[in-house]
Amino acid sequence: MQLEAKIADPAKRSMLLTALYIAQEQYGYLTKEAVERVATRLGLPVADVYSMASFYSLYRVQPTGRYVLQVCEGLSCHLVGGADRLVDYLRKKLGIEVGETTPDGLFTLQTVQCLASCGTSPAIRVNDALYENMTTEKVDELLETLRGYHV
Amino acid sequence: MFERVLTRNFGLPRSESIDTYLASGGYEALRKVLREYTPQQVIDIVTASGLRGRGGAGFPAGRKWAFIPKDPQIEKYVCVNTDEGEPGTFKDRELVEKDPHQVIEGVIIASYAVGAHRAFVYIRGEFFLGVKRWIKAIDDAYAKGFLGKNILGSGFSLDLSVHRGAGAYICGEETALIESLEGKRGQPRKKPPYPASVGLWGKPTLVHNVETLANVPHIINRGAEWYASIGTPKSTGPKIFCVSGHVKNRGIFELPLGVPLREIIYEHAGGMAFDKKLKAVIPGGASTPMLTPDQLDIPMAFETLEGAGTMLGTGAIIVMNEDTCMVDVARRLMRFFAHESCGHCTPCRTGTQRMLALLEDLEHGRGKAEDIACLEEIASKMRGLTFCPMGDAAANPILSSLKLFRDEYEYHVKYKRCAVAA
Ligand SMILES: Cc1cc2nc3c(=O)[nH]c(=O)nc-3n(C[C@H](O)[C@H](O)[C@H](O)COP(=O)(O)O)c2cc1C
Ligand code: SF4
Ligand code: FES
Repeated sequence: MQLEAKIADPAKRSMLLTALYIAQEQYGYLTKEAVERVATRLGLPVADVYSMASFYSLYRVQPTGRYVLQVCEGLSCHLVGGADRLVDYLRKKLGIEVGETTPDGLFTLQTVQCLASCGTSPAIRVNDALYENMTTEKVDELLETLRGYHV
Repeated sequence: MFERVLTRNFGLPRSESIDTYLASGGYEALRKVLREYTPQQVIDIVTASGLRGRGGAGFPAGRKWAFIPKDPQIEKYVCVNTDEGEPGTFKDRELVEKDPHQVIEGVIIASYAVGAHRAFVYIRGEFFLGVKRWIKAIDDAYAKGFLGKNILGSGFSLDLSVHRGAGAYICGEETALIESLEGKRGQPRKKPPYPASVGLWGKPTLVHNVETLANVPHIINRGAEWYASIGTPKSTGPKIFCVSGHVKNRGIFELPLGVPLREIIYEHAGGMAFDKKLKAVIPGGASTPMLTPDQLDIPMAFETLEGAGTMLGTGAIIVMNEDTCMVDVARRLMRFFAHESCGHCTPCRTGTQRMLALLEDLEHGRGKAEDIACLEEIASKMRGLTFCPMGDAAANPILSSLKLFRDEYEYHVKYKRCAVAA
């Protein structure tokens, strides 16, 4: 059995990224329990799984708001008046700093690097969706729509 | 008149569907390969076409295929690099979202040529639509018998699956990609051995960029000679250029390699936005040294850009006008590199952080005269000393902006503000 654990199926470990996505979806973020479950199921040390969760930026080890607003601050977005202006606008509008979540738990504000939308920049990603050619007016509309789902 | 090849279906309704692809002659190259060519013949054709990798380094594809051991007893893999994340580059996303079958056909042909029966798509976790399009396209290709066991009755079998990354730019580097596929932190491996001999799970592995593979069906359909007649002798075929920044029409443009930079900017991209003057151009993505307006007649090909001290990279052209502050540009790019440094080696991990801090200071008027020399020293000492090419990539924009626009750095130190905003 010990030997078996040592020569663990290489393909099994490859499921780790996927398993973490599934756990994150189920628990909302990678809670201690979620990480432990993944570790047990794949026969890996918990520390090993944590080290993966912290290396990859799409895994959340802290809770976030319902909508995570990620403003691209890459060069192409910046050149066409993106990043700084949109981030400032959102900071004021939501009353939070980058990295924070609104008190109602609805929005988290983040900045990210290139989203491969440089030709249609500035770009903002909200959870699974991409919003391109963004302006402050479009940001207003977007926030209103998202809030509309929660009244 | 240049005929578009890779993007020819982009304007069609439901261009991503297998029906559209089949209606435009899709999977004919695969039929031809399985019926008429031995794996070696396919390698010979791709070699003769002169196709070079479109993921950044421009290594000849046929040569790479030939490195994979021929022994049928050895298991081999093919990986499709859909990790695209370098500021300025957005072509692979378009290819996958708008015409994924073209890439799949390329994967199957490449797998047949090198004798792989298992292939993986490694896609950046942020590409939600891309993931969906990949999965749907692969399902449809299986349903039509282009993937799976005994493809089109040829006896050749191939399984293809999608593996979603989780937000780490370094996973685009081929050995980091392999580590990530194995379920580890995406940190680069020492090379050699190259993946072609020791790759995924220790087996020979062919890693290719999306655009590179998209070229393959066309090379088979129309022949190596046709392909080699496009472009320059050392850079053959069509290329998808991504143009962003201060031009009127941003976007992708498929053109023959060797097309002058001036033509791309002033004809295809419509010239400068708001009729401002051009100041500098990054020709091949965030890591490539800049060019100035006097260099616009340079042909966009691997060898000519190398001759000019820069690189074709991914063909991502970032155009900057006279109102652009170069210290700010360097700082933006460094934020990217510092954020994405995988932390494995000290020169890159510490170097990018230090350079970023110096650039933030300069930009915010806190810079001292010695900071410029310090920046230069860190960047030049990093070059060639890091574990993977990312360290060189991070040093490039600093060294090139210092060479071309040193006065702007000095202005920042002296007047505590930007020369262009003044
Ligand atoms: C830091 C770094 C990031 C890279 N990112 C990508 C990428 O996102 N996509 C890609 O195709 N190649 C990327 N590459 C290049 C790959 O390592 C590799 O050369 C390429 O996938 C080979 O494919 P090709 O021969 O078709 O160009 C990257 C290289 C480095 C050093
Ligand atoms: S150069 Fe940077 S990205 Fe490459 S291994 Fe070193 S720390 Fe990681
Ligand atoms: S720089 Fe923002 S999408 Fe590329």
